[in-house]
Amino acid sequence: MIQRTPFADALTYGLMILGFLLLIGPFVVVIAGASQSLQQVNAVPFRFMPGTHFLENASAAWTRGDLGHAMVNSLIMATLVTVGKVALSACTAFAIVFFRSPLKHLFFWTVFITLMLPLEVRVVPTYAVAADMFTPFRLLIQFLTGIEIKVEWNLLNSYAGLVLPLIATATGTFLYRQFFMTLPDELAEAARMDGSGPVRFFFDMLVPLSRTNILALTTIMFVYGWNQYLWPLLMVTDPSYKTMMMQLRALLPAENGIPDWNVTLAGSLIIMLPPVLVVAILQRWFVRGLVASEK
Amino acid sequence: MEKRSVFKSTWLPIVFALPQLTLILLFFYWPVAAVMNWAFTLEPPFGGAAEFVGLDNFREVFHDPFYWNSVLVSIIFAVCGALSAIFIGLVLALAVDRQLPGSGFFRFLYILPFAVAGPAGGIAFRFILSPERGLAAILNSIEPDLWNPAKYGSHALAFVIMIFIWKWAGYTFIFLLAGLQSVPRALIEAAAMDGSGPIRRAIDIQVPLLAPTLFFLLVTMMTEGFVGSDTFGMVHATTAGGPNRATEVMVYRIVDEAFHGLNYSGASAQSIVLIGLIMVFTFIQFRFIERRVHYK
Repeated sequence: MIQRTPFADALTYGLMILGFLLLIGPFVVVIAGASQSLQQVNAVPFRFMPGTHFLENASAAWTRGDLGHAMVNSLIMATLVTVGKVALSACTAFAIVFFRSPLKHLFFWTVFITLMLPLEVRVVPTYAVAADMFTPFRLLIQFLTGIEIKVEWNLLNSYAGLVLPLIATATGTFLYRQFFMTLPDELAEAARMDGSGPVRFFFDMLVPLSRTNILALTTIMFVYGWNQYLWPLLMVTDPSYKTMMMQLRALLPAENGIPDWNVTLAGSLIIMLPPVLVVAILQRWFVRGLVASEK
Repeated sequence: MEKRSVFKSTWLPIVFALPQLTLILLFFYWPVAAVMNWAFTLEPPFGGAAEFVGLDNFREVFHDPFYWNSVLVSIIFAVCGALSAIFIGLVLALAVDRQLPGSGFFRFLYILPFAVAGPAGGIAFRFILSPERGLAAILNSIEPDLWNPAKYGSHALAFVIMIFIWKWAGYTFIFLLAGLQSVPRALIEAAAMDGSGPIRRAIDIQVPLLAPTLFFLLVTMMTEGFVGSDTFGMVHATTAGGPNRATEVMVYRIVDEAFHGLNYSGASAQSIVLIGLIMVFTFIQFRFIERRVHYK
């Protein structure tokens, strides 16, 4: 645009810097505080200069929150949730788009309605199901045949319990569905003409074509999986399954104890870092997935 | 839209859809059926089968002043949080969309807070806005207790709303920037030819054209404020609903009532009210999206 607008330009930069202070300022404070000594971090007014104590604060936080264990658990959980969501939603979308089946509308609406049922409103019974996975089946069999069976499968304190209830995803399914519907009809026709069945078509054509979608979805879902808070909190009582998010509160300084916020900040920095890195490095894909999945 | 060329098989689509549908039935529909059941029944205090009590649970919930308190807190939280996050995102998107040198750098940074989990951000803000240290302590050196979220309910509510805004401003920014980029360049240029400056163009052309995106964000952000999982995490990791229930949003109250109060029937009745609310939001959102598709 060829137009000289010195005032508007200055205002634009002013606003962008203001936005920087507002949105990135907290990161700066956390990084500075995490690298200061106990006296420095409690100083008023706060000094934004990073100190030299980051490593010792981080290692103190590492032991206090048992972050090594938690890191492994969080990585496992986030990875499994991501893989599960990316794979299962692709399969469901395939079933909805590429088959002439009276069930496809049922499938679609079954998935759609989950959008309206967030975990918070069904948390107690979901917990009950996880504690005894076969309840629904048992009641069904008892209702149908009158036979009472006693099989129990308890998901509490297990990776399956952390992951399975979080895998179903309407967002992912719709993202694939939308993409599949933009593919030309000739694609499936040509595949059929060449003698490929639906399974082969799915794995040899759709999956490679969906690379962009898969990458976009992976970034979003990894962040989602890593940031899960409520479900692990309820599900896990055994310390060996604790995730990073659950350890946040364990990092807080003891009430009426030493206010060593430098350790707390170093710990929370470690906890928030992985998803921030994913978004920073794969931002193109993350943003693409975000914008596409909300259409 | 119907695809013409499809495969014919009765069992394959079932096989492909089954894994996710099983998980949905187990972890969504079955629990919600249990919520429905609990909402209309009551477990007798001394054991025995739950008895049907009709709308008694709802009546009890609606007569509970603490419930209405949580509704009010949720409304303030969602409205203030959503509007502020959208406003900040809009201003930043308008600024970045001018594509002055260096704006790519800011665009890269603005999305980062969105990657941080609500509770993790909450812990950071507990330090940043603590009354004794961090950035806000300076207020208290002017006058004691000028800022104290641990003591004053209004401060605590403002505190959690700030965390919400911090996290979601980058999200609204992304959508508004995408919206701005689809505004035809010719329109902006024509306005510039007619002698309008960047600010006038922003107010008279860009913002009105963003109306669909703004409306979409309003609905999404309100939903997030009322039932978002991050909303629960933010409150739980910072104020835990206090002081004196000043930050007890609806989702927090439901989870707290169920797991600490062990009042499943009451929590279930509240859950159903919330599900109804989400349905209204989703309905509005899809009506609007349908309309946008027709306009194209």
